[in-house]
Amino acid sequence: MDADLIVQILFAAIKTGTPLLFIALGEVICEKSGILNLGQEGMMLMGAVVGFLAAYGTGNAGLGVIAAMAMGAIMSLIFAVLVLQLGANQVATGLALTIFGTGLSAFVGSGVVGQTIQGFQPVMIPLLSDIPLIGRILFSHDILVYLSFVMAFILFFVINKTRMGLTLKAVGENPHAANAIGIKVLRVRYLAIMFGGAMAGISGAYMSLVYTPMWVENMTAGRGWIALALVVFASWRVGRIVIGAYLFGVASIMHLVLQGMGWSISPNLLAMLPYVATVIVMVIISADHFKEKLLAPRSLGKTFDPREMA
Amino acid sequence: MMHIQARTEPSSLMKVVSPLLAIALTLFFGSILFSVLGKDPLQALHVLLIAPLADSYNIGEMLVKMGPLLLCGVGLSLCYKANMWNIGAEGQLLAGALGGSAMALYFLNSESAFALPITLLAGIASGMIWAAIPTYLKLKFNSNLILTTIMFNYIALYLLIWAVHGPLRDPEGFGFPESALFSDTTLLPTLFEGSRIHLGILFALISGFIAWFILSKTHLGFQIRVFGADEPAAKYAGFNSKKLSWFVMLFAGALAGLAGVSETTGPIGQLVPNVSPGYGYSAIIVAYLGRLHPLGAIIASVFLAVLYMGGDLAQIEMGIPIAVVGMFQGVLLFFLLACDFFIRNSLTFTNKATN
Repeated sequence: MDADLIVQILFAAIKTGTPLLFIALGEVICEKSGILNLGQEGMMLMGAVVGFLAAYGTGNAGLGVIAAMAMGAIMSLIFAVLVLQLGANQVATGLALTIFGTGLSAFVGSGVVGQTIQGFQPVMIPLLSDIPLIGRILFSHDILVYLSFVMAFILFFVINKTRMGLTLKAVGENPHAANAIGIKVLRVRYLAIMFGGAMAGISGAYMSLVYTPMWVENMTAGRGWIALALVVFASWRVGRIVIGAYLFGVASIMHLVLQGMGWSISPNLLAMLPYVATVIVMVIISADHFKEKLLAPRSLGKTFDPREMA
Repeated sequence: MMHIQARTEPSSLMKVVSPLLAIALTLFFGSILFSVLGKDPLQALHVLLIAPLADSYNIGEMLVKMGPLLLCGVGLSLCYKANMWNIGAEGQLLAGALGGSAMALYFLNSESAFALPITLLAGIASGMIWAAIPTYLKLKFNSNLILTTIMFNYIALYLLIWAVHGPLRDPEGFGFPESALFSDTTLLPTLFEGSRIHLGILFALISGFIAWFILSKTHLGFQIRVFGADEPAAKYAGFNSKKLSWFVMLFAGALAGLAGVSETTGPIGQLVPNVSPGYGYSAIIVAYLGRLHPLGAIIASVFLAVLYMGGDLAQIEMGIPIAVVGMFQGVLLFFLLACDFFIRNSLTFTNKATN
């Protein structure tokens, strides 16, 4: 393979990894607060369709992104009320959110299937994009890719270096202890869940405004689920999520790579690759049960009732 | 004053009332939605819920949809009772359709009386294999069952699409991604002259009763129930959790596989890319709405089949997008989870003056 092809592959891997990066960054914040939201796929689809509709209606892709974020946050609020206020099972509620979002997105998007819009255009960053190889791989993307870089840095900083991050982790590790020292556990969790929803919304908007750019039913094709696996793969660490997202990006464009190398395999078989890769990765990381238990937020998935004693 | 108070014992009355309340709330939500869309809500609800049961043809079509929903829902009920979060009924159904269809095509020119039973067994075995891999990965490597079963849904879908584009495509089918039409020897017999109701609905009802028998009359079922209610107690009692996990997963895989092969050898009659409109996912709602009880699943699957059928009719008669069915399913599950709050809590009214 020549250098030009490698640059193209890595450029494409960043592009394919970006929606996964957005949604996984949102989910890691949510899980750090102790909440497992399996509704990612549903929120992402709603972000995709609402983002597309807003951009289609106004002709402004930026408004599409804002609308998608708002929609993602609203969707996650339904989940938050059921789980936090009514003590509903997180797994079942998350599944309900995905089923609801899949149906609702197909419903509201049925009028614009196959329509195209003017999505975001690439923005070359001055100076940086002139760096040989790296400039073309990292700094000649659309504005949302740069936003994902910035978000990753901010979240890394917030989680590891700020009081806010400490509060978030305290709630996720031991909500009863956090409650006892006066942290508003439910408020932290509401905010974490809605942040996750907004990020899922952007992730969906990336699919419908940049990646394709159009709206098709179920266009996220399981990326919301792959993101959930990615968070486990990354052991709930932002740095590893970035690496993992781009590795999955490479897995999703493997058919291009193999075609470039002159192989001919059915595209339908190659379409399985990201899902097979996800299973293999999960098997490898979960095999060490003890380690995973140690790294996961301790209260993850458990219902918190302040009336109960720790 | 209104107070919310935690119950000391879960309310068994609310367990039954909650699904009914959830259905009523979903219909109320639907009426509002239809009004907003400028459709007559009463007419829409009539088309969605009454029309599917209005004549024998529609009832027949409803039963055709009920079969796979019930087969998958019964299996999932047992899985969830045993705390095995199997979201993979869709993939197991597709695997059953694929494996069964491969066998049916093998028997394309056969007159053997064994052709149909062997075809059905191939579908069942394929569904079981598709359930067995994630089960093995969970029990051996502790991988997350929800995520692996979801991934296997996607893998099964692409495998099926690959098969109808490649090895199983009808050589005389003008390049359409479909298999050849199965021979009559491998088609499920219909139950009534002139309708599409086939043996599959009987399989489904029988599976419901078998699951009910296992759950309530056998020691194995007792173990599953204890395991679901109190896992530490079940382990303390020395129940073999691996054996239970294997049993519920293979049982669910077998039923979902049977659902898949019954679709291709029943109403469809060949292998096509879109075997299932998401029956395996809807079965999650069947299981919950039926309170994880096999007989409850029968009632719940009727409701969901009516909704599917009503969605078809609403699209034809009122121009309402078919996607409304999926959305209603999500809303229904939301309302159910919300109503279940009152299984664990009660509303009490106290007169402020007497305090």
